[in-house]
Amino acid sequence: MGKPVSLTVNGRSLNVSPDDPDVPLLYVLRNELELRGPRFGCGLGQCGACTVHLDGEAVRACVTPLSALQPGQRITTLEGLAQNGELHPVQAAFVGEQAAQCGYCINGMIMQSAAFLARTPKPSEDEIKQALAGNLCRCGTHLRIVRAVQRAAASL
Amino acid sequence: MMQTGVSRRALLRGSALVVGFTLAGLRPEAGIAGSSTAPTKSVAADDVDAYLALSRDGRATIYSGKVDLGTGLRTALTQIAAEELDLPLDHVTLVQGDTALTPDQGPTYGSLSIQNGGMQLRLAAATARRQILALAADRLGQKAESLVAEGGSVRPQAGGTPIPYADLLRDGRFALKLDKDVATKDPDRFALVGHAVQRLDIPDKVSGRFTYMQDFRLPGMLHGRVVRPAAIGAQLLGIDEASVRDVPGLIKVVREGNFLGVVARTEWGAIRAARQLAAQWSQPETLPEQARLWEHVRATRITKDDVTMNVGDAGAALASAARTLSATYDFAIHTHGSIGPSCAVAMLSEGRLSVWTASQMTHALRKQLAAMLGLPQDDVRCIYIEGSGCYGRNGHEDAAADAAMLARAVGHPVRVQWSRADEHGWDPKGPPTLIDLTGALDAEGNVAAWTSAFFIPEGAAGNVPLVAADLAGLPRETTYAPGNIIQNSGIPYAFPNVRTVCHRLAETPLRPSWIRTPGRLQNTFANEAFLDELAAAAGADPLAYRLRALGDARGIAVLTRAAELAGWEPRPSPRPQGGDVLRGRGLSYVKYELYRTYVAAVAEVEVERATGAIRVRRITVVQDCGQVINPDGVRNQIEGNMLQTVSRTLREEVTFDRARVTSLDWASYPILTFPEIPEVVIDLIDRPRDKPWGAGEPSAAIVPSVISNAVFDATGVRLRSVPFTPEKVKAGLQRT
Repeated sequence: MGKPVSLTVNGRSLNVSPDDPDVPLLYVLRNELELRGPRFGCGLGQCGACTVHLDGEAVRACVTPLSALQPGQRITTLEGLAQNGELHPVQAAFVGEQAAQCGYCINGMIMQSAAFLARTPKPSEDEIKQALAGNLCRCGTHLRIVRAVQRAAASL
Repeated sequence: MMQTGVSRRALLRGSALVVGFTLAGLRPEAGIAGSSTAPTKSVAADDVDAYLALSRDGRATIYSGKVDLGTGLRTALTQIAAEELDLPLDHVTLVQGDTALTPDQGPTYGSLSIQNGGMQLRLAAATARRQILALAADRLGQKAESLVAEGGSVRPQAGGTPIPYADLLRDGRFALKLDKDVATKDPDRFALVGHAVQRLDIPDKVSGRFTYMQDFRLPGMLHGRVVRPAAIGAQLLGIDEASVRDVPGLIKVVREGNFLGVVARTEWGAIRAARQLAAQWSQPETLPEQARLWEHVRATRITKDDVTMNVGDAGAALASAARTLSATYDFAIHTHGSIGPSCAVAMLSEGRLSVWTASQMTHALRKQLAAMLGLPQDDVRCIYIEGSGCYGRNGHEDAAADAAMLARAVGHPVRVQWSRADEHGWDPKGPPTLIDLTGALDAEGNVAAWTSAFFIPEGAAGNVPLVAADLAGLPRETTYAPGNIIQNSGIPYAFPNVRTVCHRLAETPLRPSWIRTPGRLQNTFANEAFLDELAAAAGADPLAYRLRALGDARGIAVLTRAAELAGWEPRPSPRPQGGDVLRGRGLSYVKYELYRTYVAAVAEVEVERATGAIRVRRITVVQDCGQVINPDGVRNQIEGNMLQTVSRTLREEVTFDRARVTSLDWASYPILTFPEIPEVVIDLIDRPRDKPWGAGEPSAAIVPSVISNAVFDATGVRLRSVPFTPEKVKAGLQRT
């Protein structure tokens, strides 16, 4: 067991004691905290499946070493987007547009879009596509994902 | 929502394995393979009880050997069963791909899950419903015709107390054979089938509640990784275990022959150990030079010829033709590229192996694992858990074999998560395809003769040899299983002389398997693009040219509808034009496997003259797959086929040196991104009174040809080599 590290995840403060202080945040979230929103896709920061929010910014948890986190930084995962049992508008929009096939990339799509819409409330279609340019989908759900982000933007 | 045979609470809390539903014959130990308390539920494919079980609360559990690979099959199968049993959708739960619980309906491939698997389920449900009515009639002393079965109970039409379905059964069982001739529900009465029911899995998938294979955990589970050889066919010469001594939580370095793996307490520990372990490998160079791949394929020994179509006398017709045209097409090696790499968990306990896997063929995998480890099949259980999207035989079965090897070595459950490089480097690949075509035109420009030769590896569908078995020198298959890749080498047009031949090759550079639309994609590319070449040579409009030779009403219907929707203007291609951005349109058509699903499409493209970059603007697709179960599900599949295959067509190519695959990540194997996606316009021709046919693959088949045809229209450059990279387009533009 290594030195305890304090984290704030989905509004909850907790300590973890990783063997290796440089363990990527993704493995802490998935294996220590049993969260399933952030997903392993490439481990290289290339696909976006692992995306979480760090103080509201979308970051790739697979290439974020735990040691790089600053004390007090707020980590939000897909599980933390819902408020008072209500899906976040972006999540609700993905259901509304049936914007998933296998859904493995959808965590990243939602987390990236939610961070993007917080900064850019009324985006154009091209802006949405640019914002998601670093998120890969293999099933070819892109058209529905874009529509879901447009639907979310209209509802926010 | 229940995803598998294991309850979510057990998953979360790490408690003992618990089967999350209770049915006659099932006991809590049901997660364990072949134990004395193993379930006694029927899995015989001709047995009604194999497909469904009713419970006294009016709910049904349905069992499917076909599995949801991310396609929405779960929802569609639930619709089919609920419709036939007159149950609300949320009263039906699906268990899929568990060798102890579900019938072996064959692997989930070939766009057969609804067409075959769903129809078996429909017959089972209809047989069950008829039996329920008969039993109720007996009990009530009334005629079955005077009873109403709905919402999970039977009541007399005239009124009376409803009897729950399950109350009519002895021990909750039907003990009936599935009746192939049973009357199924009249489509006019469909309330669920044919409707765009929302997918049952999406709410959990958008909120982090869904259990993917990659999320599955067992108590006491360890994490394993396999250390990949430095070259294909490399021998492991030595390892230095001291190189990983400092890795926290390392449990064991496992070596068996050339199979080398590590097991650690944590996932990160396993990743570090696998990266850090010093291993010496021989460096064989077994692969051809990639730059000379097509010469290599052409020179590969042919083991047999499959003549897939032979009409008239094509040889004689070509010899006497006034005008002939020949061309060679090729299609690169592709990888599956699921966003989540393969993953499995294995547990070997008291000589019995249980494997949780996202395999599309758990029943076949069970046999492979039993053979590899020398276990009786009855002592192996494979349980499906949905993984990342699966488009064919990817690395899931291999990850399962890796996990089984490591679990056997350490005596604890082991989870193996493949890395991105494992997946890109070691999944079986869509093999390279080389195609020669020759056509002859008569004086009116009609096709007088058509011949083609496809250079493709031997083998059909089957079991792809497991990497772990190969590395460890354990029993395994020695034949290729690239899928039924001769399909659609024949053509749907009524030309007077046709001969199509598949030269089956003894070898192909990388372990082959099937990737979405295997063979049908490559073959349709060549056929439909070459037909366009003949149309251009004849100075004919591509639509009119196809319709001239098509005698099939459903084919004609999709083609004319696609042309109408896309505003097709009749004229020959190409259309000469100036400017920096060249615009064109193309058309393509497929009758899948020459007997089922019809697809026609029109693509509109732009080609940037300076760079050679292709932009697909819009694809208009019309599909007739017979009876549609879930129109939104079918649309979702078509959209996916379009976007995934545009990606494959424009960008994708596995690269390799003489020793191994070198495209090991998304930078070296780029796929389509959001800014590049085309608009997709879809029209479905629903035929509720016809059989349902597959929808998961067919529409992919037309994509490379429809783009090639549109680029030709825009530029006069004929693209005959997938991927259509800007370099190839530019080279073509410079030649014109």
